[in-house]
Order: sequence, then structure tokens, then C-alpha cells
Amino acid sequence: MLENLPVLSLIIWIPLLGSLVVLFLPGYNARAVRGAAIFFAVVPLLLALWLYASYEPIVGGQAFAEQGTWLSVPLNAEAFGLHANVASYRLAFDYRLGVDGISLPLVLLTGVVAAMASLASVHIRKRWKTYFTLFLLLQTGMYGVFLARDVTLFFIFFELTLVPMFFLIGIWGYFGREKAANRFLVYNGLGSAVMLLAFLILIATLGFSSAETSGGTELIFSGSYDTMLANLKDPNAAAHQNSAMFLSENLKWAAFVLLLVAFGIKLPMFPFHTWMLKVHTEAPPAVVMIHSGILLKMGAYGLIRFAAFLLPVQLHASSTVLAIIGVVNILYGAVLACVQKEFKLVLAYSSVSQMGIVLLGIASLNETGFEGAIYQAVSHGLISALLFLLVGSLHERTGTTRIDELGGLAQTVPFLSGILLTAGLASLGLPGLSGFVGEFLSFLGLFSSMKALTAVGVIGVLLAAVYVLRSVLAITNGPLPERFAGLKDARFVEALPMVVLTALIVLLGIYPSLLTDLMQHGFDGLLKELQTRVGG
Amino acid sequence: MEALQTLAWSDAWYLAPELALAAATLLLAVVDLLLPGRVNRDVIGWGALAGLLVAGVFVGWHLHDLQAAADAGEQPVRNVLGGSYRVDDFGNLLKLVFLGASALILLASLGTVRREDVPIKGEFYYLFLPAVIGAMVMASSGDMITLFIGMELLGITSYVLVGVRKRSGQSGEAAFKYVVTGGTASAFVLYGMSFLYGVTGTTNLTLISQALGTALTEYRALVYVAFFLMIVGFALKLALAPFHAWAPDVYQGAPTPVTAFLAVVAKGAAFAMVYRIFLNTAFFAYADNTEVREDLFLALAVLAAAAMIVGVAGAMKQQNAKRLLALSGVANAGILLVPLTLDVTNLHSSMFSEFIYYLLAYLFMNVGAFAVLTVVSRSSGHEELSAFAGLYHRAPWTAGAMTVLLCSLAGLPVTGGFFGKLFILFGTVQTRSYWLAAILLVTTVVSYYVYFSFIRQMYMRSGETEPPATVPVPSGIVIWLCAAASVALGILPKPILDWINDIFSLSADFLTR
Repeated sequence: MLENLPVLSLIIWIPLLGSLVVLFLPGYNARAVRGAAIFFAVVPLLLALWLYASYEPIVGGQAFAEQGTWLSVPLNAEAFGLHANVASYRLAFDYRLGVDGISLPLVLLTGVVAAMASLASVHIRKRWKTYFTLFLLLQTGMYGVFLARDVTLFFIFFELTLVPMFFLIGIWGYFGREKAANRFLVYNGLGSAVMLLAFLILIATLGFSSAETSGGTELIFSGSYDTMLANLKDPNAAAHQNSAMFLSENLKWAAFVLLLVAFGIKLPMFPFHTWMLKVHTEAPPAVVMIHSGILLKMGAYGLIRFAAFLLPVQLHASSTVLAIIGVVNILYGAVLACVQKEFKLVLAYSSVSQMGIVLLGIASLNETGFEGAIYQAVSHGLISALLFLLVGSLHERTGTTRIDELGGLAQTVPFLSGILLTAGLASLGLPGLSGFVGEFLSFLGLFSSMKALTAVGVIGVLLAAVYVLRSVLAITNGPLPERFAGLKDARFVEALPMVVLTALIVLLGIYPSLLTDLMQHGFDGLLKELQTRVGG
Repeated sequence: MEALQTLAWSDAWYLAPELALAAATLLLAVVDLLLPGRVNRDVIGWGALAGLLVAGVFVGWHLHDLQAAADAGEQPVRNVLGGSYRVDDFGNLLKLVFLGASALILLASLGTVRREDVPIKGEFYYLFLPAVIGAMVMASSGDMITLFIGMELLGITSYVLVGVRKRSGQSGEAAFKYVVTGGTASAFVLYGMSFLYGVTGTTNLTLISQALGTALTEYRALVYVAFFLMIVGFALKLALAPFHAWAPDVYQGAPTPVTAFLAVVAKGAAFAMVYRIFLNTAFFAYADNTEVREDLFLALAVLAAAAMIVGVAGAMKQQNAKRLLALSGVANAGILLVPLTLDVTNLHSSMFSEFIYYLLAYLFMNVGAFAVLTVVSRSSGHEELSAFAGLYHRAPWTAGAMTVLLCSLAGLPVTGGFFGKLFILFGTVQTRSYWLAAILLVTTVVSYYVYFSFIRQMYMRSGETEPPATVPVPSGIVIWLCAAASVALGILPKPILDWINDIFSLSADFLTR
């Protein structure tokens, strides 16, 4: 049924359609607005599930790839002085979508978290219509990031997440919302700018291709990811010759460092993490679910997709540095998470720590490590979404998320407390829950190349047990403050996403091949390239 | 040296757009005189608008003519008066930009200009026309004298327009400052031109470029002096840092439609002049003497970088919307100058497309933003940023349109501002001018913060107690037209760039023929 439809496009554009529908619904009818928003968030999830069911790792994602010309901008060819021979001289940014074992898990994650976050938006108390319009627009950007196969298209979707997030933080956030929104905007804007420069360098070198046609030579600068990959492998490509398109070693390093900074800000990589602490504490919980659950993963995805696949030699040469940064991330985040008094900050620093594990997976340069990185990204996405869902519910009831003000909640809200404990255990990497698999694979991958660093990194896992148990137990156990005695437990609309997310966390914990099978051949190209370029 | 030529009747056809505007000016001046005082002077405004449209039709006709000539294998250039006036695609495209921008500005000002503010409403409307003639002459001249005359015509008319709010002290102050800096700029340009005349013996741009080669071997220092004096003059006119200090004061004091005119048309005309002079004379004249060329273009690149940095940095702390937009204009002038400073290599020669595309995007985002500012300041009674507070509640659709325009100003996708910047950036990367690319990118990011200060006011501050802002129909049309055009330029740049690439050619329009 769905085979003949452009499924990837549908996944991307249905939320945008929903955003327009919500915009034209009457604003006073909160039920209709919320219902429409949830509907338009769930449909892409169903499509993503269909994609998951029909995806075959051995074949790859070719069956789903979509391609169309979008921007084909003529460049002035006069300076060639050979008008007759040049049929066309263009800058081509095409509409190319694709999916493979690396992006599919993240698309699924986006679907799940976005749908759950739309349910969790019951806590939003003002300007629903604008909220859901932006919320759906944000989803279009996120799906686009994971599905785009043209660097310019990728960049546009990446930027498309920026403006809605700015509004979502700045209008619906807590007390310091405007400052958080500004900081988010400037940091991420800087990341995007740096990324754009790297992309332009790649377009002007790796993106160049020429073709002989009956009318003469066609010269094209393209943003196509596939063209770049092909040119990378082709020793005769203009980028490897002494030409105006020459991609020198210096340029490669420049592009690699720029990409590392760009995606490092998003990931976040120490020392670029300060902006996300503010977002974690000031944004409304449903938005943090998206932010921590998906947006941070765009950094991990970008690092693998562009920095690793397009510049494997540089990745190899800097793998030790990456691993060190990863270990710093893990330990720095874990130590600071141990001393926070604000639960949201514990979770924020724990995100820094957990995303360091992703960096370790990438730095390991082997299949296990790469799979671990993606697995960790997905798992952390689910866990942090669940945790912030709980933060939203707790804050709604108690009006605070400070650890020293909370306590004994297990007596009044046992369901919420139980889920909180489960999420906490998943976060600290308890075997049987999804967090364990991601950590295990990443550390295993790194162990084969850098044993000492792995050993240091594992300390972070121990610290995770400290900060998670310290804060979670302080909230659920101990004496119950009198003012919290009459709290009501979760409503159905809150419980539903919690149960779904918990179920997925457990499922991925006991049956990892649900995702690892998908990724099986996703890294073949990169691994082969690493082997031929740097001899294993 | 060619003999002086007199104006033949056949030349009148090539001057038709300018003549049409001149005729409209005279006609409207007489009508304004004869009409009884109680008649609303908006009639004059509509008349001026009609004059602009007629001129636009003539320019379109010329474009069509030149296209036919190019198809027939001729050079698509018409020389009038011994080459001192050129009708070519470069000039025609820019003329269309000027006419379109002026028409939009006039349309937006119809219904928002109040008699208490501007007592001489009739003059206010028809004085736009000679200013546009000046801009068109600047875009079309092949001779330094013609250039200077166009510049003065535009300059003197806009001095009057800036001071047209006779009862406002601010307006008078602005006009005075503008006269002084404008005069200084003219003096610098003229002084530089006189040196150029001295070493080459001609004022004709084509002949200058041929004579420069020999002049350079004999009077190298004087050539530097000539060009650097002109650069200072141009930088003053363009409000490039560090010659921009007049811009915020003048923009603030002038009536908002005039501010928009200064920001778009006057700036565009000055760019036309700069591109014409530098690409015609300095660029191709001495291929074997690249050192001087590199020095000159490095100086321009430094000016562009300084303008981007100073403009954005200055705008960060700005609380007055008009001054903020003035400083954003400084930064944008820097961006518009970037394509000129890029090398022509065997891969890169698209600087004109890059320039005109960003100019188009700049036109729509600025005219639109100024139109919104007019509406908002009318309802709030002042032009501070806080006038925008709670606009989302008072006029949600206008706030939405303003958001689009601000995204274009900030260079966020998918808008014309984004694509224009992307195109220029690609040029810088192609010519390996990475430092310019880096400055452009970093200033763009900082400008997010600047432009989002409007958004913070509109969406995150309360203004619910204030009455809803009313939008006059013509202003509403302009605002939405500009917002729609900004989005269209971002999504579908291809048709326009195809068209520009088709009709414009570096060799016919700039290489000296």
C-alpha cells in the first residue's frame, strides 16, 4: 500500500501540514487544537514504524530514496572563455532524501518522542494554538535533518529547528526563559554558521562533478551527499587533483574541525555545553523532552554522517583526542551531576555525561563502537524524554523540582515514583534496560583500541549510580513534607506516554537486536574506507 | 578624444524612462500648485506611483530591445551622447530595482503620512521622482561627469526629503547632517575623479580603462590617490564603517518612508556606481599589473568586513528601531560589497548575480520592515523597540509578516536573505577568501540576537492593554507583498537567477567595448 508513496517526504511534511491546520483552527477550542496536534504527531510515527517493518538491512535504504531537482542555480561561465564547450555551469542543491541503518533508529526515536511530547503538552497553559503550530514545525525540521541527503537541505532543516525552539523556550519557559532562549539561539546559530562554512568548503571541492553531454560539458557544484561520497572514493575526482577544486589536507582538517565544533555544540561536547544547561532548566518540560531527546542527537548523527563518513582519515587521526574529550564529558558531567540541588540540573549534567559515551563510541572506529554510539543516542533519547516527562508532572503537582524541597513522594504518588525509579535505573545503566546496551557496546568498541581511556571512562558509570540514586531516592523516599500530602497520581494522559516510553526502554534493554540488526550494514562503507585509507 | 555630441531625437527613446519621470515630476508640481488646498494630496502620491510604473514599462521595453539585439549577435549596449550614458543590462536591472523599491515605498506611505507631520505632503510625494532619476542616471552612466551629476541629483533631492518634517527639530538636524556628510562625500569622490582625469586625460570610463595601463607605469602613486579618495567618498555614501556615523541620526530624523528610500534606493544607486567604476576600470584594465588591483580590492574587502562587524556590534545595544535598522543597513552594505571584492577566477565570475540577488532580498526585507515600523509607530506613538511590545496580541498577522521579514534580515532559511547570503558565501569559498566568509558568518549569528530583539518584543512582552494596531490597506499590501517575496526568493531563486544570468554578461556590461 505504502510502497508507491514517497514515505520519507510524507514523514517530513505531514507535521508541517499539521502546523498549518492548527494555525487555522479556532484558538479557543483547546481540545480541537490539541487533538489535531497529537494526530499530526502520531501519523509520522506510524509511517516510521512501517518504514522500520519494511526496511531490509542488506538491501539498505535505496528503495525509499527520493530525489528531485530543487535549486539549480546558474553560475556565470564567462570566465572560462570557452562558451562553446560548457553546456551548463551550475550550483545544484537538490531535494534528496534517504534512509539507512544509521538514520532509521533516530527517525523512530523522533517519532516516539515527538508523539509522547505532544501528549505531555497538557502542562501548557497558554497560547495553545501558537504552541502547537511551532511544535509541529519543529518536528518537520527534526525529521528533515535525519532524512536529508543533501548538505544544504540538511542545513536548512537544521536551521528550521532553531526558530521554533527559540519561541518554545522564550514564550512558554520558566522565569529565566528569555535569557535561555537567547543563549540557545546564539550558541546554536554559531554552530550552524560553522557547519555552513564546512559544508561550503565540501561543496566547492568534493561536490564538484562534470559530465559530458551532447551539448558540451556540464559542470556542477552539488551539495549531494552521494556525489561527495563517490568523489571521496574516486582518485580521479577533481577534489584530489591539482585543480581549483583541490581539497588539500589543510582544508580537510579545517572542514573536520569546523564540523566537530558545529556538532559538538549540539551534542554537547565539553566546553560547548553551557547553553544546554539553561535550556534544560528554563524550557517547559515537553519542549525539553524534544530538546534532550532528539535535538542533542542531531549532533551525534551529524558527527557520524558528515565528519566520519566524509573525512575518515581525519577522524582516524583525531580518534584519541575525541576519546579524551568523550571521557572528559563523562566525568565532568557525572561529577557535577553529583552535587546539584536542582533535579533538572542533575538531568542536564547527566545528559552531558551520557553524550560523552556517544563520543567514545565514535572514537572507537569499529563497528561495535559506532553501533554503540547510535544505540546510546536512541536509548538516552528515550530515557531523558521519560525523565523530563516526570519532571513536568512533578513540577505541576509540587511547584518545585529542587531535591531538598521534595521527599517521600512514593507515599502519595506511587505510580510516578515507580516510573521515576525505573527511568533512573535505566539512566545509570542497569542491565536489562536500554541504557546498559548503549554503554556496553560503546565501551566494548573503545576497549579494543584504547584500553586505558576505557577504564577511566567506566568510572563515569559508577558515578552515574551515585547521582541517580542520590537524587531519585531523595525525591521518592524520606519524610513527606506536609504540603505534598494530598497529591494526586498520574492522570491517564500523563500515564500513557510514561508507560509507552518505559516499555520501549525495557524492550530495547532485553532485546537489543531490534535496533542492532537495523544498523548491521549501515557502517560498511565507512569501515571499508577506514581500512583502505589507514590500513585498519 | 571624441567630438562632443548633441542630443539627437533618436536618443530620446533611450532616455525614455528618465524623461517619463521628469515629465511626471513637472506635471505633478503644477497640479500640486493648482489644486485647492482642501483636496487630499494623496492624489499626487498616486500620480507619482503611476509615473514610476510608466518608467518601469520603458525599462522593461529596453531590456527586451537589448535581448533582441543580443540574439541578433550585436552587443547588448546602447551608447548615448558619445558613451557618457549607457543603456545596458546592468543599468536596466538596477533601474528596475530602484523603480520597484520606490513604488513599494510610495504605496506604503500613502495613507500613513499625516499633514500635521509633513505639511507639504504634495512635495513629499513628487520629490521621490527626481531622486529616482538621479539613481537611474548613476546606474546608467559611462562617464564620471554623468555619474557625479546623478549622484548630486539624488543627493540634493534626498536632503530635502529628509528635512520634510518641517516642525520636527530632529528632522531638521538630520537634514543638516545629511547635507554636510553628503557634501563631504561628493567632494571626496570629485577630488578622486579629478586625479583619475589627470592621469588618464579622459572622463569616459571606457577610455579610462584603456589609458590606465600606461598611466600606472608613470603615475602609480596618483592612481592610488585617485582610487582611495573615491573609496572614501563612496564609503561615506554607502555608510560603510568607519564612515557610517551619520546614518543612525539621519535615518532616525527622516520620515520613515524616506528612511526606507535612503536605505534601499540611495544605497543601491551608490552600489551601482561603485560596481560600475571598479569593475569597469580597476578590474580588467591591467591584467599584468595585479598588485595595484589587489591592493584596491583588499581595501574594499577590509571596508566590507569593518562594516559588517561595526554595523552588527552597534546594533546590539540599540533601543530605537530606526537606528537599529540603520545599523543593520551598515552591516548589509558590507555584505553587498563582498561580491565586488572577490577575485574573478576561471571558476568564479558570478559576482553580479550574487550582488543583485542579495540587493533584491535586501529591498524586500527592508521596505517591508520599514512599512511595519510605520504602522507600529503610528499606533504606539514612538519608534523605540518597545513600540513593538505585544504586537502579537494587537495585530497577529502583521507580527507574523514581520517575523518573516526579520528571518530574512537575519539570514534564516527559507528566505531571500538566507539564499542571498548563501550565494555570496559560496562565492567567497570558491575564491578561497575564507576570512571574509568567517566574518560574514559570525556577524550573521550575532545579528540573530539583534533582529530577535524585535521578536522578543512582539511575542514575549505584554501589550495586551493597548488597542489593536490598525493597518492601512496600502501598507498592508506592501507588508504582505514584501513578506511573500522574501519567502519566494528563498524557495525559488532559480527563475530570477536564470533570468539574470541570461541577460547579464560581464563582457558586454563591464568589459570595455
